[in-house]
Amino acid sequence: MSRVKKNSKFASVYMGILFFLMYLPIGVVIVFSFNESKLPVAFTGFSTVWYEKLFNNHAMMEALRNSLILGALSTFISAVIGTLGAVGLSKIRWRSKGAMEYISILPLMIPEIILGMVLMAFFYMMGLPFGMLTLLIGHTIFCVPYILMEVKARLAGMDPALEEAARDLGATPFRAFLDITLPLCMPAVLSGSLLAFAMSMDDVVISIFINGPKVSTLPIKVYTQIKTGVTPEINALCTIMLAVTLLILGLYSLVKRINQGEKTDEKQAH
Amino acid sequence: MKQFKRLTTPYMLWAAAMIVVPLIMIVLYTFTEEGNSVLTFSFTLDNFTRFAEGTYVNVILKSFRLGLLTTGLCLLLGYPMAFFISRFSEKTQALLILLVTIPEWINMLLRTYAWMNLLSDNGIINQLLGLLGIDPVTMMYTDFSVVVGLVCNFMPFMIIPIHTSLSKMDKSLIEAAYDLGANKIQTFRKVIWKLSIPGVLNGIMMVFLLSVSTFVIPKLLGGGQYMLIGNLIETQFISVGDWNFGSAISMILAVIILVFMRLMKKMDPQED
Repeated sequence: MSRVKKNSKFASVYMGILFFLMYLPIGVVIVFSFNESKLPVAFTGFSTVWYEKLFNNHAMMEALRNSLILGALSTFISAVIGTLGAVGLSKIRWRSKGAMEYISILPLMIPEIILGMVLMAFFYMMGLPFGMLTLLIGHTIFCVPYILMEVKARLAGMDPALEEAARDLGATPFRAFLDITLPLCMPAVLSGSLLAFAMSMDDVVISIFINGPKVSTLPIKVYTQIKTGVTPEINALCTIMLAVTLLILGLYSLVKRINQGEKTDEKQAH
Repeated sequence: MKQFKRLTTPYMLWAAAMIVVPLIMIVLYTFTEEGNSVLTFSFTLDNFTRFAEGTYVNVILKSFRLGLLTTGLCLLLGYPMAFFISRFSEKTQALLILLVTIPEWINMLLRTYAWMNLLSDNGIINQLLGLLGIDPVTMMYTDFSVVVGLVCNFMPFMIIPIHTSLSKMDKSLIEAAYDLGANKIQTFRKVIWKLSIPGVLNGIMMVFLLSVSTFVIPKLLGGGQYMLIGNLIETQFISVGDWNFGSAISMILAVIILVFMRLMKKMDPQED
């Protein structure tokens, strides 16, 4: 053991520098969101003026509302499709299973820009008007895999005897699914949904292709604003978004931890 | 059990209608003429011959070069990081890896925007340089700012797979190498590096894929004139409206990525 050396001073310094570079930009944004002056140069005094300005910016608030609605709806639809898909995929034993599984994660493997343009062309050909509906379908497409993968992993670790027992005791397949499989999957559905929601709130690239001229989501609004340069209002928005992201992540890891706690309890009970 | 098969139906319909069909349609687009109508299939290779004209080839080459540069820098900076992290106790490793991933959870726009604050002509770095009596340096809207943005955005995608393969490694192999008289450098070259190759290849694949197809970061840090494949696709679809040509460019991008992935797979010793 002794000769597999611990890290030297150089290692700590190196890691310190890299972490500093990773967190520096974020720190700068947070600090300057509370800055009085408009220029991101020197800190002239603490103020929440940019936050006030932000909340009074109607276009921005409208975009935020769109993003929240879109995130909630696409997460909900993805949760239904993804859970059913995962349960179904775990039961079939066809030769096509491998291909199905490959297709199921395809939306995450295709570069975002290609998925975006594919969807734009597709919706146009289908004659769908660009707007909330196309955004909803688009977001659902890339949200489904997150939930599907989480549920699939959970199902893989589940005891099939539980469901068989329910069937033996006279439950219909539907009842067995509703009373046994679904409740056991629920934690995975929840954690997958949080992940999907975060992804939906985060997406710029795909949304830009399918949002149409009238509807804009929060990330798109931010994108169009910062293309023209730095504004302190965006600093404030970034700080809020950062806080919300960390909150969602915190929830996600909490759900995960509760799941794992349950699993170890089960094991101990056996 | 059989009844459960029906549960897959909605998902399969969804996957077929929303993933498979659109992809096939794009391939058709690539080989058809202008007019945005699929109904008149007139097969053509014009979209590709147009591509062969100088300017577009240059854009591809530039994207390729920038992608390779970003990937190389991420590997150069990320490998030591992953290596050092893997030598901590397991608890500390988990914490450090969390620290590496947290920035990745923050919207890409925010991270890029933060760099705009730092790099702009009257930004923080130039102000600090000014205090030292150095004239401001133009950093925004150059290759430099784009590469900084790309490297910082995609670094975790390099660190994490390398760390995974390093931490999975059997530590007794390193012990054995020392016992057999290898020095530090030999041990690293012959044991540690070799065993971490799968992680390195994964990291290279991910970072290259992300950096060659990006368009938001070059647009923000490189300015409106900065053209990479991603920006070319975006302008063809959103500003110019030539979807057939846009699709052709995407096809070329997809081919570049597939060829690259194939090459990486070939280099993986575990694949044989």
